[in-house]
Amino acid sequence: MKLEVKNLIKKFKSTVAVNNISFEIEKNKTLGLLGPNGCGKTTSIGMMLGLITPTSGNIFINGISLEPKNRIELLSLMNFASPYIELPKKLTVKQNLEVYARLYGVKKISDRINEMAEDLNIKDFLNKKTGELSSGQKNRVSLAKSLINKPKLLFLDEPTASLDPDVGDFVRQYLEKYKENNELTILLASHNMKEVERLCSSIVMMKQGQIVDQGTCAELIKKHGRENLEETFLKIARSKNEFE
Amino acid sequence: MNLNKIFALSLRHIYLIKGSFPRILDLIYWPTIQIFLWGFISKFFTLNSSFYENTVGIILSAAILYDFLFRSSISYNMMFLEEIWSRNFTNLFIAPIKLSEIIAALTFTAIFRTLIGLVPASIIAIPLFGVSIFKIGFPLIFLLLTLYIFGVALGLFVTAGLIRFGPSFENIAWASLFFLAPLGCIYYPIEILPEWLQIIAKLLPLVHIFEEMRNILIYDIINYYQILKATLISFIYFILGVIIFYWSYDGAKDRGTLINMGE
Repeated sequence: MKLEVKNLIKKFKSTVAVNNISFEIEKNKTLGLLGPNGCGKTTSIGMMLGLITPTSGNIFINGISLEPKNRIELLSLMNFASPYIELPKKLTVKQNLEVYARLYGVKKISDRINEMAEDLNIKDFLNKKTGELSSGQKNRVSLAKSLINKPKLLFLDEPTASLDPDVGDFVRQYLEKYKENNELTILLASHNMKEVERLCSSIVMMKQGQIVDQGTCAELIKKHGRENLEETFLKIARSKNEFE
Repeated sequence: MNLNKIFALSLRHIYLIKGSFPRILDLIYWPTIQIFLWGFISKFFTLNSSFYENTVGIILSAAILYDFLFRSSISYNMMFLEEIWSRNFTNLFIAPIKLSEIIAALTFTAIFRTLIGLVPASIIAIPLFGVSIFKIGFPLIFLLLTLYIFGVALGLFVTAGLIRFGPSFENIAWASLFFLAPLGCIYYPIEILPEWLQIIAKLLPLVHIFEEMRNILIYDIINYYQILKATLISFIYFILGVIIFYWSYDGAKDRGTLINMGE
């Protein structure tokens, strides 16, 4: 699915949280949305998920505008995972996945849960309460929930935050493998620059609600004369520019 | 409305109740305590004053009906609060589910929570105090239905407040029914209230429901017009609750509070 964001603005009273951003993600590509804390990434994702009403601008998913009348149709093709939101802790992993599979209208729910459990290595704790899991296990369950409906557009907000390197690598590998076998467009917000370099085909850099740069990883590194994406990020984040 | 989605959301709450014995116990405990308390108070009055003769049944029936309203509303609020407490709010609101389906799921599931608590308490009252709510007969169904609609309407007002003001509105959820109790004329006739307060009280369905309950139990008179009036008033509150809920949701989307609710 292609995602198009056009002239998106969000104002909270006198504060401009997102200031006229525009970008596109082509079908099956992964875009990294980067920027320092408070730069407007979460607000932008919130608008793309239909959780926040933009002050102005448009969001198109496969050419269909994300407006209230198309909300249900589009949401059934999307999903979201973030370590900052959780699944009900008192329900078992299987129960949670079943509830969400039903909410997303998944057919053959048992087969889909088993498939996800096998792929994400969560079958050993399917019947365990979600609140009793370690952060690494919770993270994989959250990923399973976000892929339960085989979304065509996936929003990931720091998917490997607070994970040990082993589990973090497992998640990244899984996403790469999943994308090889499925049609999936990803918008990834992350502060892990190595992860972004590995997974993303292009990058949008935000600062103070605006897009300050965009391109492929290689293009941005070259343009800013740095060795890697982390240094490039630091240069952009710390620079004084016309937005300050 | 998609029934499968309504069922999915109900299932989430049914699993929650089913998986926790303390939760079931909590649902049964409070209504039972309420029945015991009012049962013994009424019995004491009956034994010590001829004025209160035969009032055990009336007071206890009123206590059971009021508890039904209380539990309906609290159940509705609790299920919504569970989503906030478990930080599942964002997951829920990005799922392809309509607001009307969320309201429907909470409305249908609240009845299970309410009945889990109230059925055992109502049955206990029969051998213990010789009082059966079922003596009201066929109109009991309409009285319960009316109370349920009003309970859900109150739940909608509170959940709209939770969406609008965030989890800090939680205290209002607990206090909401206590605001209305004195005006509801649950244990006394409306004439007890000052005249100006009677006008306000009549705008609530509770006065009509409990007045009718007393008429049935004392005089064996059924006034279906009164019951219909109470049902209509409850339904108006319900519609108002739905409108305010939608309005709060739109406001929350505008203010961006849905994305971090519960954090």
